[in-house]
Amino acid sequence: MSRMLETHQATYARSGEPVFEPVDLALDAGQALIVLGPNGCGKTTLLRMLAGILRPWQGKIIRHCQPAFLGHLPAFKGDLSCRENLAFQRRFHGGAGLDESRALARVGLAGLGLRPARTLSAGQKRRLGLAGLLVAPGSLWLLDEPYASLDDSGSELVDHLLTEHLAGGGAVALSAHQRKPAIAVDPVRLELKAAEMLP
Amino acid sequence: MIVRSMSALIERDLRLAIRHGGESLMPLIFLFSVIILIPLGVGPGPNLLAAIAPGMIWVAALLASLLALENLFRPDLDDGTLEQWWIGDCPAGALVVARLFSHWLITAVPVIVFAPLAAQMLYLPAEALGVLVLSLLLGTPILSLVGGLAAALTLGTNRGSVLLSILVFPLIVPVLIFATGAVSAAADGLSARAHLGLLGALLILAITLVPLATSAALRLNIE
Repeated sequence: MSRMLETHQATYARSGEPVFEPVDLALDAGQALIVLGPNGCGKTTLLRMLAGILRPWQGKIIRHCQPAFLGHLPAFKGDLSCRENLAFQRRFHGGAGLDESRALARVGLAGLGLRPARTLSAGQKRRLGLAGLLVAPGSLWLLDEPYASLDDSGSELVDHLLTEHLAGGGAVALSAHQRKPAIAVDPVRLELKAAEMLP
Repeated sequence: MIVRSMSALIERDLRLAIRHGGESLMPLIFLFSVIILIPLGVGPGPNLLAAIAPGMIWVAALLASLLALENLFRPDLDDGTLEQWWIGDCPAGALVVARLFSHWLITAVPVIVFAPLAAQMLYLPAEALGVLVLSLLLGTPILSLVGGLAAALTLGTNRGSVLLSILVFPLIVPVLIFATGAVSAAADGLSARAHLGLLGALLILAITLVPLATSAALRLNIE
């Protein structure tokens, strides 16, 4: 099994105050990590740091493969059609994944390729975000609340995609609130603790 | 890989600009409203107009470039496409260059293309037209670069456009002085090479330093 991601005592600080306790983790291909913790304990911050958007304040993060990050924000342009958005992501990240129409069909948006992305509903936008993961080559998925605003079939879709991705040798780190992933692999659980506030 | 990401970004920016339409039209309308209103204000004397023509065209180009700066990075920050710049292999500095290049294509190139026509409307001598275009070709990329740095620095502040203008103005004063100096010299039949050389030097300085500073400023603002 190949190592995808390692952190050594990594932590992030906002204006000099650490956000969470230092995190030590190692993620191999085919493994899933679920980040748990109360609101405000830094789950999103940790995932953004693992993706490389934020730099760790202390400690080290080593990525052995290309990550793909899906956050709260849609990360596509409302004035472009779904297909154009996916075509952009594919080229931008140097994609070797699915082509656009197959990715759209896979997430249940078949036939909506020419619709401007801003006309999609909240759940459909999440699905378009998932399609973005499929066209990009990232083998380490970092998903921030992937079940948010999805209906039951959408949540099942996320589970299916996760299972497929893990079976294909990828790795996943995700934060989840209401719903826990129902996937074949038992996920590693990381209880994130908010850092003690200095007096 | 880097070139592919950059060209993908430029292509998407141009596609969005075409879809919005107004982004390229706005600088042109701005240029021509200045050119048409000035003779109404100062009187239609050819000598007076020819003397102020380089300055007027350059001020119009400068303000047109400034108008679009507020939207250089903010929409990308709001919809989450900006943070994707730090994921993957392509260095953010290269993407900054791509974004500024498309900003230049959208806001400055229409002004450069129509500047000779505007200059003719202000009776600028025909022998100065070539130098005018050359000064715009060398100078407007500096406006985009310096403006991009200011836009990145003010990204975290709400309604940062006032701060942005204050940041940009002192930095582009030399550009305005050398560019209008070049055109005036050419209109008087003198050589404009010294002015253009200094403009070129400023451009090289800006291209070298600005992308690094801009990507650092953007990173501060997404954290």
